[in-house]
Amino acid sequence: MTLRTIRILLWLPLIAFLLILAAVASGLIKPHSTNVPSQMIGQPLPPFDLASGRGDAIRVRAAGFADGKPHLLNFFASWCVPCVGEAPQLLAIKQAGIAIEGIAVRDRPADLAEFLTRNGDPYDRIGLDDTSGVQMALGSSGVPETFVVDGHGIIRAQHIGAIGPQDVADMLAAVRSAQ
Amino acid sequence: MIAETGLIALLIAAALALLQAFLGFGALRPGGEPLLRAVRPVAIVQAAMTVTAFAMLLLVFARTDLSVKLVAEDSATTLPLLYRITGAWGNHEGSMLMWITILALSGAAVAIFERRLPERTLAATIGAQGLIALGFFAFLLFSSNPFERLATPPAEGAGFNPLLQDPGLAFHPPTLYVGYVGLSVAFSFAVGALLTRDVGPAFARAMRPWVLGAWIFLTLGITAGSYWAYYELGWGGWWFWDPTENASLMPWLAATALLHSVSVLATRDGLRAWTIMLAVVAFSMSMVGTFLVRSGILTSVHAFALDPRRGAFILILLALYIGGALALFGARIATVAEGNRFDPISREGALVANNLLLSAILGVVLIGTLYPLLTQAMGTQISVGPPYFNAAAGPIALILVAIMAAGPMMRWRRDRLVDVGRRVAIPAAIVVVALVVVLVALPGLRILPLLGLVLAAGTAAASVAPLWKRNLRRTPLFTWGMVVAHLGVAVSLAGMASESAFSQETLVAARPGDTVRVGPYAVHLAAVDPVAGPNYTAVRATLVATRGQGAPIVLHPEQRTFDNPPQQTAESAIATRLDGQLYTVVGEPVPGGRWQLRLWWKPFVTLIWAGGTLIALGGALSLLGRALPRRRARPVREGYAR
Repeated sequence: MTLRTIRILLWLPLIAFLLILAAVASGLIKPHSTNVPSQMIGQPLPPFDLASGRGDAIRVRAAGFADGKPHLLNFFASWCVPCVGEAPQLLAIKQAGIAIEGIAVRDRPADLAEFLTRNGDPYDRIGLDDTSGVQMALGSSGVPETFVVDGHGIIRAQHIGAIGPQDVADMLAAVRSAQ
Repeated sequence: MIAETGLIALLIAAALALLQAFLGFGALRPGGEPLLRAVRPVAIVQAAMTVTAFAMLLLVFARTDLSVKLVAEDSATTLPLLYRITGAWGNHEGSMLMWITILALSGAAVAIFERRLPERTLAATIGAQGLIALGFFAFLLFSSNPFERLATPPAEGAGFNPLLQDPGLAFHPPTLYVGYVGLSVAFSFAVGALLTRDVGPAFARAMRPWVLGAWIFLTLGITAGSYWAYYELGWGGWWFWDPTENASLMPWLAATALLHSVSVLATRDGLRAWTIMLAVVAFSMSMVGTFLVRSGILTSVHAFALDPRRGAFILILLALYIGGALALFGARIATVAEGNRFDPISREGALVANNLLLSAILGVVLIGTLYPLLTQAMGTQISVGPPYFNAAAGPIALILVAIMAAGPMMRWRRDRLVDVGRRVAIPAAIVVVALVVVLVALPGLRILPLLGLVLAAGTAAASVAPLWKRNLRRTPLFTWGMVVAHLGVAVSLAGMASESAFSQETLVAARPGDTVRVGPYAVHLAAVDPVAGPNYTAVRATLVATRGQGAPIVLHPEQRTFDNPPQQTAESAIATRLDGQLYTVVGEPVPGGRWQLRLWWKPFVTLIWAGGTLIALGGALSLLGRALPRRRARPVREGYAR
């Protein structure tokens, strides 16, 4: 190494530090968001095949989503309080003619039945995700969470948290644009 | 009045820090010699003022003075006295005040005890210490005033995080901070030496005890913190790669590297630039850690407050201090005369390899910790977890341990590969035998734990090798220190490998009367009763664990419910035996009169912390050996005195 290169090398630590500093500073300036968007948007649904939450033989399969029409895929649970608040909006979306598939996370059929009787049942089918495995595979971090899946089984959009009354129009638009 | 006294003391200390920086750096100018004498007393008085402020904070917390905003927000009269006092540093402002108190005390300690450093370098060092303190005083006074009053004091405080209501809080943060902030001395030494261009063996010998001292506390703090998280969080894990854990690990890695390179500089006058660089990096990592935790930019159990304004403030301080020191390094180090050269196959060579590997691990941890921020800057949100850290840092750490085992058996300056081979033959044979034994006795072991166990056996043998054929009474204390510390690494490694390879976990919903098996134990759930503590209520399980024909062990894990602030904590109950720990947690009630029970059998897990303690003990022996060199050098006259 020539003396010149050594002299340049001596400034490397400072340059590395300044780069880190810039990245950290940009992290400080950007608004802090705890919502972590799924990396699966734009990807096909990961394969899954779940037993029914209603005690019947109707399973919920990833392959079943590619039927030519868009679906909402709603992660919920009977033990989840915000899911109760979300229920009227889901019913409204169903009444607008949208198919909603439910995935109940770490739940039991008896508790589910009680939840559906009390809060209404907007779901075409309900699958039981006892290990949160499907939830993880879709990149969802909690309940409730809703995905828009188009007619080819491709995940198009994600809504983190409960769907509030103000979100219904957006959800309907998102589903319609996913034809 | 107490809070105001604290605030005034803080203001005076800040003014003195400014004066200290001015005098220290001013002494370097031609004709600045008269300032030399004034620097030491200023640093001492500055520390006294800071300690006064900290004492006032302890006092307002001990008396639960609810007119002080910090007390009202983070304490309550219903707390036991211990947590009313330790609560003083269980929050952002108080913990920053403790940080700066230790910084000021470090500066004062240098002013009082440092006699070996040349006067000008010492003045610059104390000046740098004052400059660092000044920035953090400004941070405290402008954005985190711990003594702020409330116009209308509330009738009761908002309470104190139940997870922190543990005797561990009295010990872990102060120890860790002494280590963390103690590294500021090495940083200031480096800045001082860069300014006076006086880098050499004498400088290294002066710096070594300061680095050792900080490193001992850092080691103890991390070890204690790991054990605290292990029993308090109730998750059965001992290291989570949490940003804050990483924030303490990174300075430790840099300080460990520094400790070894400063030895090369002291004994062989090599690695001058590298040692200075590490001294800057070690404390920089402490400050980066402080920033990461205090800004709340990475969410963590340790983040008290999410406040981007505070984050920006610390970030500016970081830019000034670290950037300034690195710029000084770039500008000055080329003018520092080059030290001695050495052969790659030598003690120095092994130490350089150790340094590079430690730095590589440091890089891995730093990138992993900052990764969420780096990707966020590019528009995506990804964080990395234990799989990344274990996979990336684990193998490097194992190579590092192997070199650590061989290094002390090599000669300084130049060695022959054949001779080294002969000396490491016995530990190498032990590694091979252990490998065969483990492969035969425990087939199907994962690769990292397997290598860990095998290497631990070889390293344990290699670490005591320097004592071979030596008169143990005449062996210098610092050699003992090295032996004990390296043995500690082997012990800790054995514990980690054993815990990760052989832990057994059972999660059940049990009715009182049920018996559950975990590892060698049959655990009988005898009863679940409600109990009341000083500021919580709890359900307490009574577990009776038996192993073969042995005497039964009674364990009482609790699920505590605190109401101020409302929070539940799982209080684990642990039975420690020579060959491991039985770790029990009681969880939520399950319909049908059952309770969630989570049980672990963790063979030899205690070795992890025993090893950590040995490492720190080794450091302490070394420090003692360097502090009392004459006593050892005196000839031993046996048979004379009776």
